[in-house]
Amino acid sequence: MHADAFDRYYAAESTLHRLDPRIKVVVTVLFILSNALLLDGAWAAFGLGWIFLLLANSASNLGVDFTFRRSFIALPFMLVAVSAIFAPSGQPLAEWRVFGISLVPTDVGVIRFGSILLRTWLSVQAGILLVAVTQFPDLIHAFEHLRVPAVLTTIIAFLYRYLFVLTDEVLRLLRARDSRSAAIPGQKSGRSVFWRAQIAGHMAGQLFLRSYERSDRIYNAMLARGYTGQMRTLRAHVMRRRDWLVLSVSILALLFVQLIGRIG
Amino acid sequence: MPVTHPTTHPTIPDYACDVLQVNDLHFSYPDGHSALHGVTLSLCKGDKVALVGPNGAGKSTLMLHLNGILGGKGGVSVAGMPVNDKNLPQIRAAVGLVFQNPDDQLFSPTVFEDVAFGPLHMGYPEDEVRDRVETALARVRMSAYRDRLSHHLSMGEKKRIAIATVLSMSPQLLVLDEPSAGLDPRARRTLIHLLKELDITMLVSTHDLALAREIFPRMVIMDEGRIVADGPTAELLENVPLLEAHGLEKP
Repeated sequence: MHADAFDRYYAAESTLHRLDPRIKVVVTVLFILSNALLLDGAWAAFGLGWIFLLLANSASNLGVDFTFRRSFIALPFMLVAVSAIFAPSGQPLAEWRVFGISLVPTDVGVIRFGSILLRTWLSVQAGILLVAVTQFPDLIHAFEHLRVPAVLTTIIAFLYRYLFVLTDEVLRLLRARDSRSAAIPGQKSGRSVFWRAQIAGHMAGQLFLRSYERSDRIYNAMLARGYTGQMRTLRAHVMRRRDWLVLSVSILALLFVQLIGRIG
Repeated sequence: MPVTHPTTHPTIPDYACDVLQVNDLHFSYPDGHSALHGVTLSLCKGDKVALVGPNGAGKSTLMLHLNGILGGKGGVSVAGMPVNDKNLPQIRAAVGLVFQNPDDQLFSPTVFEDVAFGPLHMGYPEDEVRDRVETALARVRMSAYRDRLSHHLSMGEKKRIAIATVLSMSPQLLVLDEPSAGLDPRARRTLIHLLKELDITMLVSTHDLALAREIFPRMVIMDEGRIVADGPTAELLENVPLLEAHGLEKP
């Protein structure tokens, strides 16, 4: 039994899957930036952004509503923006009393909250789409080519690689604990919450010790194979005409979204 | 003659023994990979059985069913109790499952705490727990290691402590997953003595057929999720074509 809960790559044959990973990263970052730059209440531009996203979805052959269906996972985080509703400027819409504190939602606040919600929603979906159509090693490679510092990409690559190993280790530890979590008839089992918390603490400690020792072994194995601080890969990506075309069209589309956002 | 099971065998074998009864067990992993196709097996009190077969034959998967960590289709009962959610806590007291990697089993800072985990969880009073830990450590000849740190022990020591962690729960059935893997000859020899001495019903998966011949009078061969042979170890080990057909070598 292995943990594959983290891999979000969905294999398919599509234009988006075949696209150069650098283009996918750049367009995703530009899309998120464009969302962030849109003014509050630029609904037409947000709508265009959403259409851009839907087009990208359909180009991925994963289904037009692919990212929408998966975006709800980020909903709890978006609720952090709820406080924006009570912006001090603007016309008060109502007055709520909560635990003796007066909360006044304003029109400006509601518009701001709606805009934050849409911005986040669109950006999260872009991220979901990016990792769904790009293999993780390609993503790392794209970062390297885009001059992200090697230390960062190496850390991300190792994190990804050993996340699975560690999760498997946790699963096996939990399984071993469950196997000995027994009871005898007529006797209360499991002792106190405090005792169980202590056991969980020990397990976390063991996990840390093992990860720490494992990282040492891995580093030694890397040194033994001539590691000098530079990760080298053989995966060569070459920009083709289609890649340039997608990049230019996407930039033009995002500029158009910004234009609509400013004049609309 | 070795008993050769047909592909599915829904009838209970002729000798009814209730320490362990596995009846036509089927299991597929969530990814669709099918691991067990109709496994039927029973163990009588005092049976010491070797479970052999190539990697991926389904040995570990079968073992994880014996205390309800995995739940496939078909019947498993231990000590007369069917394995279900209601019986699970008692099943886990009755089956002492020792994992292949002792590092999974030993998650407490000291040897004492690890061996005490099972009895403490079951709710025994402290004096009784202490007695049980001492007895279990004495049975694996590791009494002197009571206060040592688990993760600084050698492989052979860890294996014996891992066995003690379930002996302290006084299980009716001991299930070991590849106990001799990764041991040096001396540690392997010590383990063989220990398993011979232990007067308890056991089912042990192993690739070490020489060890199987020495300790276990009965052997079960699994391949591709099925039991392909079940009989006296000495006879099965003479059947070279059978062994070779299932990726095993006569020791």
